[in-house]
Amino acid sequence: MLDRPAIAAAMLSLCISSAAAQDAQRLEHMLRQDCGACHGMTLKGGLGRPLTQEALADQAPDALASIILDGIPGTAMPPWRPLLSEDEALWMANYLKKGTTQ
Amino acid sequence: MIGRRSFLFGTAMAAASAATPAWAGDLCCATGDLGLIVERAAGSLLLIDRSERRIVTRIEGLGDLSHASLTYSPDERYAFVFGRDGGLTKIDMLAGKIAKRVVQAGNSIGGAISDDGKLVAVSNYEPGGVHVFDAETLDPVASIPAGAKTIGLADMPGRRFIWATWETGEAWIADFSGPEMKVTKLADVGKNPYDGVLTDDASTYLVGLFGEKGVSAIDLWAKEPKVTRFLKDYGKPADDLPVYKMPHLQGWAFTDGQFVLPAVGRHELLWVERQTLEPTGRTPVHGQPVFIIAQPGSPYVWVNFALPDNDTVQVVDSRTREVVHTLTPGPAVLHMEFAPRGAEVWVSVRDANKVLIYDTRSFAVLGEIPAESPSGIFFTARAHRIGL
Repeated sequence: MLDRPAIAAAMLSLCISSAAAQDAQRLEHMLRQDCGACHGMTLKGGLGRPLTQEALADQAPDALASIILDGIPGTAMPPWRPLLSEDEALWMANYLKKGTTQ
Repeated sequence: MIGRRSFLFGTAMAAASAATPAWAGDLCCATGDLGLIVERAAGSLLLIDRSERRIVTRIEGLGDLSHASLTYSPDERYAFVFGRDGGLTKIDMLAGKIAKRVVQAGNSIGGAISDDGKLVAVSNYEPGGVHVFDAETLDPVASIPAGAKTIGLADMPGRRFIWATWETGEAWIADFSGPEMKVTKLADVGKNPYDGVLTDDASTYLVGLFGEKGVSAIDLWAKEPKVTRFLKDYGKPADDLPVYKMPHLQGWAFTDGQFVLPAVGRHELLWVERQTLEPTGRTPVHGQPVFIIAQPGSPYVWVNFALPDNDTVQVVDSRTREVVHTLTPGPAVLHMEFAPRGAEVWVSVRDANKVLIYDTRSFAVLGEIPAESPSGIFFTARAHRIGL
């Protein structure tokens, strides 16, 4: 006898993790391709400052997320709030802090 | 009659073979309709044949090619590729291979080749300034510190290069026509110049400003270079939208007696009379313009846009200044390159991993080139154009 609820639960968690994986892939793509337009695809900097783990050592993820969302007035860093949710910005901040930029 | 004609023909053939150049035995192909497509994520280039609309080969190992650009030697044999990671790579277009590669700085943004083809200059973000190399050997010739990120580097007639600086808002010229290099500060151009471009007649260097409203024009034919600031108020800064991608000026169009310029932070093109620099009109468009490029031999300019409107291309008639056609090539249109006489345009669609080839009259898709995250497209005909 198949345990239907267990299968449903397993399928649900599979869906969630695959959605999360898709989100992660989308956000990573955006970081490298679109943020990378200014910060470099390897995030070592360009017109914008480097976003490597070392360069961001003194920044808390929350503070980084708020820079992503609201930009830095008076500089070329735009507010990304129209294009990103707070969770997505925090995911990006944590991704950068982990330094998986190679 | 026939006999006489064939006699003449025979004589002509004999004359031609007597003048046959020494390299005739090696003739295989020519480079005039070749080009390179940057695959920014993979650090590779696609060598393409424009006439046959096909990939000839892929050239790998060029490092970080985000925002890469390139220029060609006067004989169209070699390309010089400027990578984001400071790499300067010389490509042999006939061999389809890297001929030489040096990493000349930490972080660079573009470059140019002198009109005689002997010097290659690279514009750097880190450590800033401009580095100049021997085009043959890629050995260093000169290093010009700027104390700032350099942008808008272009070649000028007479072994000269011109550029502007992001942090300090200056324009500079380096002159290599004499035995000693001469570096001259031309002028202060304004706050945070994001790119510069030389007009096709090399009379004017136009510098777009990000840190304030306006564009600076430097008259390079005048004895004393004079800066004219124009488009100083094209709308309140408070109304400006976030800029997710800096406009590029290499494609700034000069058409029908007008310049057409991107409005930074706005969904508009700005038209200016070339002679007087007086604004003549605006065109509302689909998004924030990135490239505005004139279709050769036509009154039309083609425009692509910044995130989040970057799946679209619009065609604008410079006579009426109206959008006459809208295309949707796909996600993340990054660049457009016209065939030199304007019959077709190649459009890179980064997130669809392809380059689409459009007929510029019918807008029909003539072909498609698969490419991994394609960005810049560069045909060898650029070798013969000033300021590219």
